Amino acid sequence: MKSSLRLWVLVAMFSLILGTVTPTRAYQGETTLLNVSYDPTRELYQDYNAAFAKYWKAKTGKSVTIQQSHGGSGKQARAVIDGLEADVVTLALAYDIDAIAEKASLLPKDWQSRLPNSSSPYTSTIIFLVRKGNPKNIKDWDDLVKPGVSVITPNPKTSGGARWNYLGAWGYALKKSGGDESKARDFISKLYKNVPVLDSGARGSTTTFVERGIGDVLIAWENEVLLGAKDLGENKFDIIAPRLSILCEPTVSLVDKVVDKKGTRAVAQGYLEYLYSPEGQEIVAKRYYRPRSELVAKKYASQFPKVKLFTLAEIVGDWQKTQKIHFADGGVFDQVYQPNQ
Amino acid sequence: MTFTFKQRSILPGFGLSLGFTILYLSLIVLIPLSATFLKTSSLTWAQFWHVVTAPRALASYRLSFGASAIAAFINLVFGLLVAWVLVRYSFPGRRLLDSLVDLPFALPTAVAGIALTAIYSTNGWIGHYLQPLGIKAAYSRLGVVIALTFTGLPFVVRTVQPVLEDLDKEMEEAAASLGAGRWQTIRRVLFPAVMPAALTGFAMAFARAVGEYGSVVFISGNMPMRTEITPLLIITKLEQYDYAGATAIAVVMLIVSFALLLTINLLQVWGGRREKTRPALEGPPIPVQAQA
Repeated sequence: MKSSLRLWVLVAMFSLILGTVTPTRAYQGETTLLNVSYDPTRELYQDYNAAFAKYWKAKTGKSVTIQQSHGGSGKQARAVIDGLEADVVTLALAYDIDAIAEKASLLPKDWQSRLPNSSSPYTSTIIFLVRKGNPKNIKDWDDLVKPGVSVITPNPKTSGGARWNYLGAWGYALKKSGGDESKARDFISKLYKNVPVLDSGARGSTTTFVERGIGDVLIAWENEVLLGAKDLGENKFDIIAPRLSILCEPTVSLVDKVVDKKGTRAVAQGYLEYLYSPEGQEIVAKRYYRPRSELVAKKYASQFPKVKLFTLAEIVGDWQKTQKIHFADGGVFDQVYQPNQ
Repeated sequence: MTFTFKQRSILPGFGLSLGFTILYLSLIVLIPLSATFLKTSSLTWAQFWHVVTAPRALASYRLSFGASAIAAFINLVFGLLVAWVLVRYSFPGRRLLDSLVDLPFALPTAVAGIALTAIYSTNGWIGHYLQPLGIKAAYSRLGVVIALTFTGLPFVVRTVQPVLEDLDKEMEEAAASLGAGRWQTIRRVLFPAVMPAALTGFAMAFARAVGEYGSVVFISGNMPMRTEITPLLIITKLEQYDYAGATAIAVVMLIVSFALLLTINLLQVWGGRREKTRPALEGPPIPVQAQA
């Protein structure tokens, strides 16, 4: 009696352990793709996945189901590095996909040259949201560094999206001063001294600005502001577009090792290429991302504010360099908060 | 069996249960923790030292450990009070109040953080009363303490409650009848009995607070050098794919927390021993001349 109980406990323990390590295979009937993306693409890919499944069925006769995963861009990249089997990654900055190539070697280092527009099928820019009537009269980046103006933006060290906010300010200051880096540093320092709360992500900042009522201006991605305009309360805020801002280029890539293992390379490749097609670009534009296709861009031109755009390559270089100069420990951003300043 | 213990317990199942305990603890605690140390070992000593003694890291330790200690202390004082009220008095709604105590355990900490921020920010229910007094609750160090007090609330209450329930009212009555004043009864009769449990609760609340991330990031404002907690610094490092740097700071937290918890445990053992040397329950606990 006693020994049989002991046996049962052992069996139960072993089956528990086995159960957790034996991979459970999903049913093989149809192809499933996993697209690991960042937060504000949820609505975009909801529409796009449905359109792509239809297109793929018509083209090849095979059905495909696309699963989505959303989260902070860096967090998502770490999940893929740690073994989340993503067929494709669609993240906020190339730096996060670089990290997957570098840390886990799941894709070649030159991944960005494999698709048009440096693997960036849609873009956005950085604009401002102010309180209704614009009481502080904020028109452009210069107004953000004025004394007494309170600016809300997330911490660029914890939020990938917020790095674009920062770079918008940096690029503006650089362009305005004719490339004087010390003036740009000064501008960044003044700007972040006006930031009373550094939330860890873009959602947090939006809550701080909208719900808590803190700050005179929220620096945000254009697509998020346009998409969320109704939810935010249309008659409580005004959208202000600076004259000059940065072209945010979210990037996409296959995860080679995963698609080869799962045998999904063809469909995953098709999934990414369809983003560049006229249909794909239309969906992108409907979700307020700026399309790459000139034809589609012209059609939707009225929904985007007129902003002169510069690229990251013009103001700093690639993401590796940007990260090292600006966001690494001790970089330009950290120097704003150095105690001796 | 090749090894036997000298004093075999008369209870059966020692081998199996100890084996399972060790396996379980290894899988859940020891192996993940040793992975932390392993990851750190990719740094040289000089690099490690540089990472863990950076001014920002030092500022974050001060805030994390300081605010956690303050929060745990607040919880110690008020936890004792709450436990006392819940055990010694019966009033309508007592059961409800009793279950409210556990809510901070059940609530996702992010929700707690958002709720607390909403209430304590300058346009919140409580925050807008505090603002004219010059007190900034949300987005300050005070906010960190508030969030940590919230998450640590149940610990002291739940550790002290059963001890108080076991403590006979007659003991207090006996103390009183033997001439002890109120304060003496509390100090010489109640405190010695309750203190070990209260210390355990304090240690648990403290440990919980040191590691808390979800609720604090919403209310602290996350300003470097001022309101940045150590767990946030770890996330910041991870966001740069600096795994080694992140684990280096984690190791410092682990070591400091472990040292502090060990100290508290030793204090308890020491307190317990002192307690045993005194014939507290047999003889009159209070010397009679104390009354004179």
